[in-house]
Amino acid sequence: MSVLVYTESDKGKFKKNALEVASYAHNVAQELGTNVTAVTINADDDASLGNYGVSKVLKVTNDQLDTFNAKAYANTIAQAVEAENAKVIIISSSADTKFLGPILTAKLNAGYVPNVVAAPDSTSPFVVKRTAFSNKGFAHTEISSETKIVGVSNNAYGVHENTVSASIESFDPVLGDSDFTTKSIEIDKVVGKATIADADVVVSGGRGLKGPENWGMIEELAEVLGAATACSKPVSDLGWRSHGEHVGQTGKPVASNLYIAIGISGAIQHLAGVSASKTKVVINNDPEAPFFKAADYGIVGDAFEVVPKLIEKLKEFKAQNA
Amino acid sequence: MKILVCISNVPDTTSKINFAEGDTKFDTNGVQFVINPNDEFGLTRAMWFKEKQGAAVHVATVGGVQTEPTIRKALAIGADEAIRINAEPTDGFFVARQLAEVVKNGGYDLVIAGRESIDYNGGMVPGILATLLDMNFVNTCIGLEVDDNGATAMREIDGGKEKISTSLPLVIGGQKGLVEESDLRIPNMRGIMMARKKALNVVEPIDAPKLTNDQKFEKPAAKGPVKLVDAENVGELVNLLHNEAKVI
Ligand SMILES: Cc1cc2nc3c(=O)[nH]c(=O)nc-3n(C[C@H](O)[C@H](O)[C@H](O)COP(=O)(O)OP(=O)(O)OC[C@H]3O[C@@H](n4cnc5c(N)ncnc54)[C@H](O)[C@@H]3O)c2cc1C
Ligand SMILES: Nc1ncnc2c1ncn2[C@@H]1O[C@H](COP(=O)(O)O)[C@@H](O)[C@H]1O
Repeated sequence: MSVLVYTESDKGKFKKNALEVASYAHNVAQELGTNVTAVTINADDDASLGNYGVSKVLKVTNDQLDTFNAKAYANTIAQAVEAENAKVIIISSSADTKFLGPILTAKLNAGYVPNVVAAPDSTSPFVVKRTAFSNKGFAHTEISSETKIVGVSNNAYGVHENTVSASIESFDPVLGDSDFTTKSIEIDKVVGKATIADADVVVSGGRGLKGPENWGMIEELAEVLGAATACSKPVSDLGWRSHGEHVGQTGKPVASNLYIAIGISGAIQHLAGVSASKTKVVINNDPEAPFFKAADYGIVGDAFEVVPKLIEKLKEFKAQNA
Repeated sequence: MKILVCISNVPDTTSKINFAEGDTKFDTNGVQFVINPNDEFGLTRAMWFKEKQGAAVHVATVGGVQTEPTIRKALAIGADEAIRINAEPTDGFFVARQLAEVVKNGGYDLVIAGRESIDYNGGMVPGILATLLDMNFVNTCIGLEVDDNGATAMREIDGGKEKISTSLPLVIGGQKGLVEESDLRIPNMRGIMMARKKALNVVEPIDAPKLTNDQKFEKPAAKGPVKLVDAENVGELVNLLHNEAKVI
């Protein structure tokens, strides 16, 4: 009757969200008076999960699962749930997990609440707080089915250390051809750069930057901060930047620690998608830009003057704090 | 090819969100409802399949009579027929069960749904539907081609994209990218006139359990005023981000 957590890894290394969902699972398990079992797929350092409250790891090692496959992964997790007789399952909110979550839900006949931002309000009845209406509201949602799935929002609960010793057992799911009816044939992914989903800092540019040729300073600022780059919707619609960088209600959600918006007016659809970020900084030459109302810090000024200065100051800061 | 586009009826993206009845309900007062943006991209791609590959395109929504203007709009854009399942869509599992009946009875090869509804942001219906019906499924789909050999889909992933090969019957969770923004269509007069003559079939829901239930809503806490830093003193921002916000 343990709490089961799916801890995602990429090329063997746990993602940051894996440690966050493990921490969350530990909280729920304590509440329910039970332990946390993690299921890992082709991960290297399973024992490290013990630092985040996982007492048992079901370790899956399977070449067929080297590339993410939603159906096969969901089936793997479902079999681990059954083996452990788990009634509460904790998963993240990455693109991959949001892909496999609904499949798992249907397989287990389990109620699923994604975008959860806090530890459960209560566990009997089981009620969690989640964002709704694209971050314009929160819902307190009860999961009434016997098996429950909680999808924890990125960067909402945080990583908490709780050291226990983790026992590791290998686990062999039974998978067949019917689990691989969708095949990955090509992956085109930036390497060695922070992604919008994982980055602590996101630097975003809007139409105020006038054209794609002016993105050099955005990229330089991002590099100094170890940040991912993003943009507003018109910027991607105009083809200045790729669609993958478009953030907001109809683009990627952002929930970073720091979001820097440069030459972005702060339309409601843009804010809806980025407001989960903890600290928001706006650089805009129009003091009336709506984004200033939603920001923590702002500079009213011309991006072409302010951004190069900011880069310079950050470099100085880094040199001093190196 | 027979395509079903699942349409979720959602508040316009500019809507102010308020709650009523002791914060237990979404307040629809003064709110304008539209086709969920993710579904609009999907519907537009379906029109492409209709025009280029002769597909039949039906649309379905789970909702009360108040959703009919939205579904009429989908007909005006060019869908051939509409189905409304007469029930309040309160839980993703429940909605997927209703749509699964429609898909089974209608013999659809391709189901185009959206990545998520922008109201409750469940992101659940297409994946549950595909699994209930044992159809293939691609989520966050930003490109789709179908030919005699099968289907090729592009999927957005964290940090990039992935090309997937699969086959019909298929369900996708679509989003922007499936078509360009400039491909979206505004219904014209002729489309609106024709839509009036198209079938809008109302069917009663099947019994299906609800596994989740929104008990209460709240709005985010009001934000304090922005702290402005002088453009001539950019170093102060670095200082605040380090010492006050502690984010660098
Ligand atoms: C259904 C729907 C969904 C949408 N979804 C999204 C979404 O997901 N994400 C999104 O971003 N938008 C979305 N939008 C679009 C949104 O409404 C806005 O049009 C868009 O966010 C504006 O982008 P922007 O701020 O880059 O451009 P603008 O609104 O043109 O703003 C440019 C800003 O740059 C400033 N500026 C100009 N020159 C300078 C300078 N030299 N230095 C500093 N600042 C300068 C200006 O003062 C202005 O505030 C959606 C719209 C609809 C209808
Ligand atoms: N009430 C509904 N009727 C028809 N389709 C729906 C309904 N709700 C959701 N969908 C479809 O499922 C997608 C994902 O919605 P959701 O799971 O609610 O976030 C939407 O983009 C629609 O395509």
